[in-house]
Amino acid sequence: MEVLLYTILTLCVLGVLAAVILYFVAQKFRVEEDPRIDEVEKMLPGANCGGCGFAGCRGMADALVKRDDISELFCPVGGSDCMKAIAGYLGKAAAEKQPEVATVRCGGTCEKRPRTNEYNGARSCAVAASLYVGETGCAFGCLGFGDCVAACAFDAIHMNPATGLPEVDPDKCTACGACVKACPKMVIELRKKWPKNRAVYVSCVSKDKGAVVMKACKAGCIGCGKCEKVCAFGAITVTNNLAYIDPQKCKLCRKCVNECPTGAIKLVGMDPLPKEPKAPAAPKTAPAAAKEAAKEAPKAAPAEKSAKEVQKTAPAAAKEAPKAAPAEKPAKEAQKAAPQEPSHES
Amino acid sequence: MANKLIVAPAPHVQTSQSTARIMRDVVIALMPALVVSTIVFGVDVLRVTALSVAACVVFEFLIQKYVVRGPLTISNWSAVVTGVLLAFNLPASIPWWIVLIGAFVAIAIAKMTFGGLGKNPFNPALVGRVFLLIAYPVQMTTWPMPVNGGAFDALSGATPLAAVKHGLASPDALGVQDLLLGNMPGSMGEVAALALLVGFVYLLWRRVITWHIPVTILVTMALFAFVVALCKGESGALLWQLPLFHVLAGGAILGSVFMATDYSTSPMTVKGGVIFAVGIGVITMLIRLWGAYPEGMSFAILLMNACVPLINKYVKPKRFGVK
Amino acid sequence: MKTFPMGGVHPSENKLSSAKAIEVLPLPEVVNIPLAQHIGAPAVAKVAKGDKVLTGQLIAEAGSFMSANIHSPISGTVTAVDQVANGQGLRQMMITIKREGDEWAEGIDRSQTLVKECNLSAQEIIARIKAAGIVGMGGATFPTHVKLSIPAGKKAECVIINGVECEPYLTSDHRMMLEHGEELVVGVTILMKAVGVEKAYIGIENNKPDAIAHLQKIVASYPGIEVVPLKVRYPQGGEKQLIAAVTGRQVPPPPALPIDVGAVVCNASTTYAVYQAVQKGMPLIQRVVTITGKSIREPKNLLTRMGTPVSALIAAAGGLPENTGKVINGGPMMGRAMVNLESPVTKGCSGITVLSEHDARRHVASQCIKCAKCVAACPMGLEPYYLSKMTQKKNWDEVEARMITSCIECGCCQSTCPAYLPLLDWVRLGKQTVMGRIRARAAAAAPKK
Repeated sequence: MEVLLYTILTLCVLGVLAAVILYFVAQKFRVEEDPRIDEVEKMLPGANCGGCGFAGCRGMADALVKRDDISELFCPVGGSDCMKAIAGYLGKAAAEKQPEVATVRCGGTCEKRPRTNEYNGARSCAVAASLYVGETGCAFGCLGFGDCVAACAFDAIHMNPATGLPEVDPDKCTACGACVKACPKMVIELRKKWPKNRAVYVSCVSKDKGAVVMKACKAGCIGCGKCEKVCAFGAITVTNNLAYIDPQKCKLCRKCVNECPTGAIKLVGMDPLPKEPKAPAAPKTAPAAAKEAAKEAPKAAPAEKSAKEVQKTAPAAAKEAPKAAPAEKPAKEAQKAAPQEPSHES
Repeated sequence: MANKLIVAPAPHVQTSQSTARIMRDVVIALMPALVVSTIVFGVDVLRVTALSVAACVVFEFLIQKYVVRGPLTISNWSAVVTGVLLAFNLPASIPWWIVLIGAFVAIAIAKMTFGGLGKNPFNPALVGRVFLLIAYPVQMTTWPMPVNGGAFDALSGATPLAAVKHGLASPDALGVQDLLLGNMPGSMGEVAALALLVGFVYLLWRRVITWHIPVTILVTMALFAFVVALCKGESGALLWQLPLFHVLAGGAILGSVFMATDYSTSPMTVKGGVIFAVGIGVITMLIRLWGAYPEGMSFAILLMNACVPLINKYVKPKRFGVK
Repeated sequence: MKTFPMGGVHPSENKLSSAKAIEVLPLPEVVNIPLAQHIGAPAVAKVAKGDKVLTGQLIAEAGSFMSANIHSPISGTVTAVDQVANGQGLRQMMITIKREGDEWAEGIDRSQTLVKECNLSAQEIIARIKAAGIVGMGGATFPTHVKLSIPAGKKAECVIINGVECEPYLTSDHRMMLEHGEELVVGVTILMKAVGVEKAYIGIENNKPDAIAHLQKIVASYPGIEVVPLKVRYPQGGEKQLIAAVTGRQVPPPPALPIDVGAVVCNASTTYAVYQAVQKGMPLIQRVVTITGKSIREPKNLLTRMGTPVSALIAAAGGLPENTGKVINGGPMMGRAMVNLESPVTKGCSGITVLSEHDARRHVASQCIKCAKCVAACPMGLEPYYLSKMTQKKNWDEVEARMITSCIECGCCQSTCPAYLPLLDWVRLGKQTVMGRIRARAAAAAPKK
């Protein structure tokens, strides 16, 4: 009985002693922190993806509270809504950005871009890129070892084994930019996110000359400049043998898509314009409307009309109408003419 | 040329000493001790060893296939090594079901829960052994006599270490010859000092291990025993007999050559290995001389295993060009 | 027997061509001369399409101090100065020359007569070496004139000639030492004069007893030069390892250089090139290249003009075998696997090693068993297993603290790993990243000063 008593007493004394020590230690090492940091952290998405440039949401919250000017800070995951809410809470002015989505700009599938050698080193794009050209003859395109997949914290990018290229799930992608940073070839770009995940972009980053590109890949941009000429909005520029569509200027008119001789310009979420506008007869599969469209299509359609149509297709387009769009066909008619199922090229 | 050129970063040569070959070499190095043990204790030794190996391999296979669902690695022979080492730490008369429990603890708890080969912080065979020693102390310390009697039969089933500990015999009662040839009661694999040393030489020759850890452990133990003998005021033959006895008896050689050198549970640097080995030697001798158990090798190795991450963190290799 | 203090491995030597005398490869019809075949700034082309050039004529000038001149290896017409794919398939600027005969530029003595006397000053010697475009021919391609220009405040104490050739298969330096020993030793005296020292060592591994004996006989009549036989151990030919093996001094970690311990190291072939440049006016337009491999019908040592396509060397050795898996520019420990066999031989190309598919393919990697063999094998005293793991986790501060920048990329760790892990693949990436971070930090700190 005595033993039991002593045991219990000893334990109690030890417990109280430990509590006292812990209390004083906690007092001594307490860190005074702005309670708003906790609140802001709760308002952030909590993905800790690093897309804002900080190691995690806590760091971002800390910066948001402490800095007077937070216009430089932006959480790509939460987007403008999240930033607005936080700015409202803190009484500061928030940055506003349009939604973006990661876009893989390489069309060099296994079929289009034959493998010329076999890589046998560590499965990492960064390792392979520092060693040599890659498994294909293209020194610019996707290496296919999936550094972007490993970098994604949102399970939004996956390798397609059939093509050997990564594919972005636009609904999951938060545009945090982790894959952009992970890609040693700088194939991935954050581009403006259109409604219904529509997109038109040059799916190639090769700066090689046309002949070299053709040899390595059947789907590469050869820098011929046809798209640049056809673009009514000055959105396309060709530099270093490579066409680039400025997402801020592009209105998704899709004219460039048909011009591209190698199919390097990708169209997502929309039907292409019918091909061969100059041909008198429409394709057999097209409905009667297409024939009408083809007949009606004058060689120099009024610019206003085409611009109007374009604006319908792209509601977010800039208000300023193009001054001299050499449109050959009204977009609306074209949409009717085209097959109805959406294209899934990527 | 029909095939595509293969491209990889340098170097373009790889050693032929694969993980599987290393593990196979360890098994080969344990074979002389198995043979001697079979001669000393009879075919029971083979039965227990076979059961232990089979159980370890099967447990590893089942866990990888149905629990972890990762790649199968039983072909790398590491489960076989664990099986043999576990068996070597058991008495030959152990019941079969205890062997199974030991194998399960070794593989399922000590190895696979940590991620398998290379990630386990404690030596699996020793965890199995210590678990059994605590859970089944009677069966684990009932030692069969050598089949041909042996020089030690007056002690009826006590190991030399236990006999000396409990004052039943003095360290010089047992001849060096008997200690070397294993003619005494004890765990299956630990009695044959000479056969284990043959295995040690084989491992050194095959470059599986380096000499640092085993030699440091044994030297530490011998020095410790020597100092103790000096302090006790011993003189003459006992001064060297006590160190020799402690090095040859019990699990000192089995532990230092085969258990303490286990890759994933020993430090990554030579300097760290020496610290680790000195720790094992000292703790073993503390337990042997003043602890509750007659043998302390298993506990010493496990305790030092726990220190390995710390040693790896603070003991860095000597860098080239840094004074 | 002397050797370096820590780590190292001993891979199968496979010196298949060590008994093959140097042969002259027939002149190529077309050569491609990269403007960047050395460490530092690329050279600047001095010729344009359509220009006629002579053998030995300057066609590209050093782009900065840390750069090297380039001379035409053949005579003919420049057909292009454009991007051409190199051995790794990456496009870089090259001068393409179509051969017409073999007319040499003036002032080059092509005779075999030995010229021992050299009455030039140190500055004149370095100027001639710079003019001849000589770079380290062991593979690092460090411009030799930069190495010989001792920075103010530092003092050279000895010249060390690297005749180690620790890479398996390669024998070009070995044959060079045997067949041009006299010239090489005169080259050593020139180097000693250039850096102002009285002492030189020629380090040779013990697996070349004929070269050791031959050079020992020659240096007997040259005061201050000593042949040092070394224990066979890779990477003894690494600059820091060789200095440690010969002098016992260890070069401190980067950014320290060999000159900080008073040593100037020069490869054996480079030393011969120095002799040729200073005594004969011969620019660096050709070198001995070993073409080797177990499957190669006739392993050879070929005196090759720069810019010759690698395929021409393979053809001269009996053609590419059917079972070829890998063609390596260099030896199997540090050489670079090639994808483009039409790429040219450059100043740093000491050999072409062909491996069969069976030898070339890596074993399947399993998990690390913490055997510590990589730690024991590292000649720089690093922890490759840890650096590799931390690089994969992108923990750059940690790998920098664990001295990843000391890595010499010798490959001992990876070649000795029983789990066949791609240790060096990762460590190299980590090293590159950390060096980039160090440079960025320096750049950020610079304007403040």
